[in-house]
Amino acid sequence: MIQFTIEDRDGEPQMLEIPEGINLSLMEVLKASEYNILATCGGMALCATCHVQVLNGFDNLPPARDAELDMLDTLPDADADSRLACQIRVDETIEGGIFRIRGEEQ
Amino acid sequence: MITTDICIIGAGPVGLFAVFEAGLLKMRCHLIDALPQVGGQLSEIYPQKPIYDIPGYPEVKAQELVDNLMEQIEPFHPTFTLGERVETLERQADESFLLTTNEGTAVHCQVVVIAGGLGCFEPRKPEIQNLEQFEGKGVAYMVKNPEQLRDRRVVLAGGGDSALDWTVFLATIAKEVTLVHRSDSFRGAPDSAEKVFDLAKEGRINLVLQSTITSLQGNGHLQEVSITAKDKTVTTLAADNLIPLFGLTPKLGPIADWNLSIDKSAINVDTTDYSTNVDRIYAIGDINTYPGKLKLILSGFHEAALMCQSAFKYVYPNQKLSFKYTTVNGIPTF
Ligand SMILES: Cc1cc2nc3c(=O)[nH]c(=O)nc-3n(C[C@H](O)[C@H](O)[C@H](O)COP(=O)(O)OP(=O)(O)OC[C@H]3O[C@@H](n4cnc5c(N)ncnc54)[C@H](O)[C@@H]3O)c2cc1C
Ligand code: FES
Repeated sequence: MIQFTIEDRDGEPQMLEIPEGINLSLMEVLKASEYNILATCGGMALCATCHVQVLNGFDNLPPARDAELDMLDTLPDADADSRLACQIRVDETIEGGIFRIRGEEQ
Repeated sequence: MITTDICIIGAGPVGLFAVFEAGLLKMRCHLIDALPQVGGQLSEIYPQKPIYDIPGYPEVKAQELVDNLMEQIEPFHPTFTLGERVETLERQADESFLLTTNEGTAVHCQVVVIAGGLGCFEPRKPEIQNLEQFEGKGVAYMVKNPEQLRDRRVVLAGGGDSALDWTVFLATIAKEVTLVHRSDSFRGAPDSAEKVFDLAKEGRINLVLQSTITSLQGNGHLQEVSITAKDKTVTTLAADNLIPLFGLTPKLGPIADWNLSIDKSAINVDTTDYSTNVDRIYAIGDINTYPGKLKLILSGFHEAALMCQSAFKYVYPNQKLSFKYTTVNGIPTF
């Protein structure tokens, strides 16, 4: 099991437990867990509506690729610890991570 | 005032194809879109991506599909109002409608078709104190007419391609150009980023990196922007215009206030003809919802065809509609 924490926009934390080996992005897991995010482009790093702030474990994640960095640059509220949830794989690299949802609501 | 049979809100693929289906039944269409170009999500979000699930096209680029739709509806001479958002919808005494946009354009029609997709694409607004107060008074989220910025002191904010491109362009006509960006590098096209750094070195623009704009001041019109650096030092800069460029994001917008039955940002429709709970208003494409709805271009096209068969009775109340294949009659023109 992979464990990590999601903080909703109101700061409410929730621990999620996801089985290892499932081929999903963090965005897909958030949507499946009924979090309110737009994810307009369905995970293609084209819309930047799945913005999360990585409060813990940023350095454990594989670095963002150019397409993701390009999109993050279009967000007025992005910071050094910002990522796109659709570009983060749910695997051992996010174990113990804390992610705050920043993306736009539906 | 513009007069038409059907006013289509949204010029995405589904709104465009509705013009074709309406045209076959000799109904004229006017389309309104908040974006400056047609094509909806296809042109705005993924113009260069291939689509694989359009019947008859093993692969087609999104923009190419939009271009083809425009060619297909050409015989019906649809008219367009682009770059304006539909704001109000008023029922007239004879049951027809009068629609008005945020820029005051008025359209009179018998039937309204909402093909609004995810909603209006609106600019992402940064958190800047007094920002909205100066909208239209120095603050704008796109450059509509660059001539208006000639000899002005212009501040741009953002780090994407459009911020870089406009900085380079405005350096040639504005009196003073300042680009404020949160980080110290740009991810936009390396070419444009290099040009911006060169212009800064030559002293032709001011580049303020690792900083964000935090508040605006002015007396009726923008006069000053305050910029806060990463180390929290605040500087103020005289400015006539501020252009924050952080891309667009869809919002449901005014449609939410039209007494339509709405479920999670989508309009409930009757699947026999995609009519809404309000007479003479239909909703097709991504904006509608019903049991089993698939948000696909294909489904929107089907919905457009059924909608037109039903809308016919409002446009031609005294005529009976009989179904004909295009192969039999060809494409009627008007
Ligand atoms: C990255 C991506 C990939 C996709 N890939 C596929 C695919 O492979 N196959 C497929 O079938 N679908 C795909 N889709 C989905 C497809 O793009 C949508 O189903 C389709 O765009 C819906 O068309 P539409 O005309 O209903 O709405 P849209 O394309 O969203 O167009 C709606 C238009 O209405 C305008 N509008 C809204 N409200 C107003 C108002 N009040 N005033 C004025 N204008 C207004 C908007 O500005 C917009 O231009 C994809 C979507 C994305 C984002
Ligand atoms: S879902 Fe669009 S960028 Fe992540």
